[in-house]
Amino acid sequence: MLVVPSSTREETALGHRPAVPAPRRALRAVLLGLAAVLLLLTGGAPAAAQAPPPPPAPSAPAAPSADPSAAPDGEEPVEGIAGTLANAGEPVEGVEIAVEQDGQEVGTATTDEQGRWRVPVPGPGDYTVLLDVETLPEGTDLRDEDASSRDVTVREGQGNAPALFLLGEGRSGGSSRLDRAPQLIVGGLQFGLVLAMGAIGLSLIFGTTGLTNFAHGELITGGAILGYALNVGLGLNLIPATVIAVIVGGVLGALLDRGLWRPLRKRGTSLIAQLVVSIGLSFVLRYLYLIYYEGSARSYAQYSTQSPVDLGPVGVLPRDMVIIAVSLLVLVAVGLGLQRTRFGKATRAVADNPSLAATSGIDVEKVNNIVWAMGTALAVLGGIFLALSQQVGYQLGQNALLLLFAGVTLGGLGTAYGALVGSLVIGLFTQLSTLFIAAELQVVGALVILILILVVRPQGILGSRERVG
Amino acid sequence: MDFGVIFDRSVFALFADQSLILALAAIGLNVHFGYTGLLNFGQVGFAAMGAYGIASGVTYLELPFGVSLLLGIALAVLLALLLGVPTLRLRADYLAIVTIASSEVIRLTARSAEFREQTGGSSGLGGFAQGFYDLNPFGPGSYGIGPASYDSNRFFLLVVGWTLVVLCSLLVFLLMRSPWGRVLRGIREDEDAVRSLGKNVVGYKMQSLILGGVFGAFSGFAFALANSSVQPDNYGTQFTFLAFAAMILGGAGRVIGPVVGAILFQTLLVLVENVLIEAKGAGYISDAVLSGNDIGAVRFVLVGVVLMALMIFRPQGLFGDKKELALDAR
Repeated sequence: MLVVPSSTREETALGHRPAVPAPRRALRAVLLGLAAVLLLLTGGAPAAAQAPPPPPAPSAPAAPSADPSAAPDGEEPVEGIAGTLANAGEPVEGVEIAVEQDGQEVGTATTDEQGRWRVPVPGPGDYTVLLDVETLPEGTDLRDEDASSRDVTVREGQGNAPALFLLGEGRSGGSSRLDRAPQLIVGGLQFGLVLAMGAIGLSLIFGTTGLTNFAHGELITGGAILGYALNVGLGLNLIPATVIAVIVGGVLGALLDRGLWRPLRKRGTSLIAQLVVSIGLSFVLRYLYLIYYEGSARSYAQYSTQSPVDLGPVGVLPRDMVIIAVSLLVLVAVGLGLQRTRFGKATRAVADNPSLAATSGIDVEKVNNIVWAMGTALAVLGGIFLALSQQVGYQLGQNALLLLFAGVTLGGLGTAYGALVGSLVIGLFTQLSTLFIAAELQVVGALVILILILVVRPQGILGSRERVG
Repeated sequence: MDFGVIFDRSVFALFADQSLILALAAIGLNVHFGYTGLLNFGQVGFAAMGAYGIASGVTYLELPFGVSLLLGIALAVLLALLLGVPTLRLRADYLAIVTIASSEVIRLTARSAEFREQTGGSSGLGGFAQGFYDLNPFGPGSYGIGPASYDSNRFFLLVVGWTLVVLCSLLVFLLMRSPWGRVLRGIREDEDAVRSLGKNVVGYKMQSLILGGVFGAFSGFAFALANSSVQPDNYGTQFTFLAFAAMILGGAGRVIGPVVGAILFQTLLVLVENVLIEAKGAGYISDAVLSGNDIGAVRFVLVGVVLMALMIFRPQGLFGDKKELALDAR
């Protein structure tokens, strides 16, 4: 009896009945076969209900990608969870941290005189890291007092998975929604501006070449890692390192266009095929980052721990003020450049109609090339800014990519100011939504908004209807 | 280097559960992308529906195993309706963004502490597979040929799973020969032409989305049962693209394409991984080039390379027909 709904579903799925009788008979046979499989499975249902609960796992590890046969046995656990506790740049010693899995304690650690701690774990998996608030020294509090635990996923071969606890001067005092809102607005503005760095590049590339670039997140990650290599690897101060990284990023972006995308356009590869190619590229880049940068998230040598400066109702880290100011400057410059300069005009012409632009003497390929250089340079800058607040990790950009899409589509695909406005809305929304929903669901909120926007107004806030087509 | 080990492990992987899971997901994607031209980048969302359907069904709702299978299918149909009603009118790349976003919404929601009771949060759920393995007619022991030998429970899963693959493929074969299938392919080639013939294009797309989504739920069943557990982070976007690459490799728009593609692709990944492990063990690769811990990441680099190379040089895959896949965003 349980089988009936599924087989009727298959029949209605047919819509029109096949005209030829032979396939129809065969189709019935297949449907019967499918039904038989379901019957076999559902038939044992009562037995299942009475069965004792413990599952004899058929010897498979839970890892998504690890083939059971390939897992090396009996290796020493190299995985661990680690972090550093610091308050206003001063390490915090003697804080107890416990790691649990499924409610069972795996290990504990106490921070040393440099504020560092590490708990080795038996293998990849999901762990909960708990910070014992009682052991924090007098006058030191968690910046968010509800955040005394962290869910950490340890991946195979990751080494040390980071668990970051933010300490501050206990500004969680009276944490009513109204009190928290101004702080979240500042955070949201900053996040939105940083997202806009990526979103404008994404939007311009879409506008001129038509490519929905799924590898844009990896350009952001690449920027953050490039900055890390110059900053920590070569020992440059972060500010010159950022400048160099942005320039190098621009050159690499132009080369990427020359080496990959332009030949594809020349071949007449369809936009959908190019989109899939960009997904492939994002996999290649992301996992090359994982291999050569290693899995653990790390901070830049400068400006990573700072104390907030009080500005009325909000406390802002000095670096965040710089990030906000620089982002605003850069974004306004890009916007003005697109509106006022000859190149900006050419870009908009290409975005509107490439063939018409070409006939009026615009070198379309050159415009595309410069747009790629600019887009990548902006992504690099955005990546470094993002990594300042979130640490450098190989998934940094991947995690931001869907938010970029959200910002770009919200503002209207292909328009620069639209991307800026959309990103700001998304940044503010993700931050302010934590007033009402759990922080871990803030991305979910933004993505739901993205879906709703595409449904209600696919051209976005500032987009025009024709451009969507 | 021990070539025997490499050979054994690759042969083992040919029909092992990872190939099975990929094949089912890819058959569904093939209905979406290969036959209807829908750019569904959220296939893993359907798999998650299937997997959580049985996991939460058995452990949280305390349904019998068979009923929770139906719950999984129902959830996948529901997801298809929820996704399809608003988005099937949108352009291809928008559909891609919406589907990928929805699959991430599902994963993030499932792993959040808010729904720990229903979905087990970030550690997921276990202890639901007994109902399936109780049906195992094979006694204890090892079944199979040579290196492709599996223990009794695994063998049972593989037999049921590959039977399902064959039946699903047959169903797709027959459906695509029917007038219904011809309309789908017409939609893939030129939506407006089909519309001008008086066909309800959105309705057909919806039926295609549901059918492929149910196949996706089947792959979620296989994934959950193979691991005897459901963990939210296994249902990330990489799952979709692995299946996508497998489908393209075999040839989209061909019945046999996704199945052969999944088997070949999974085996290729295992082969490369084991060659690297052995070469590493024999000291042919220095740590500067590749450290032992990073061998697992190489498979995803390979996924990317295969996707790029196929789309650039052979978008029709091994068995596809290039004329059948002149897809473009409209």
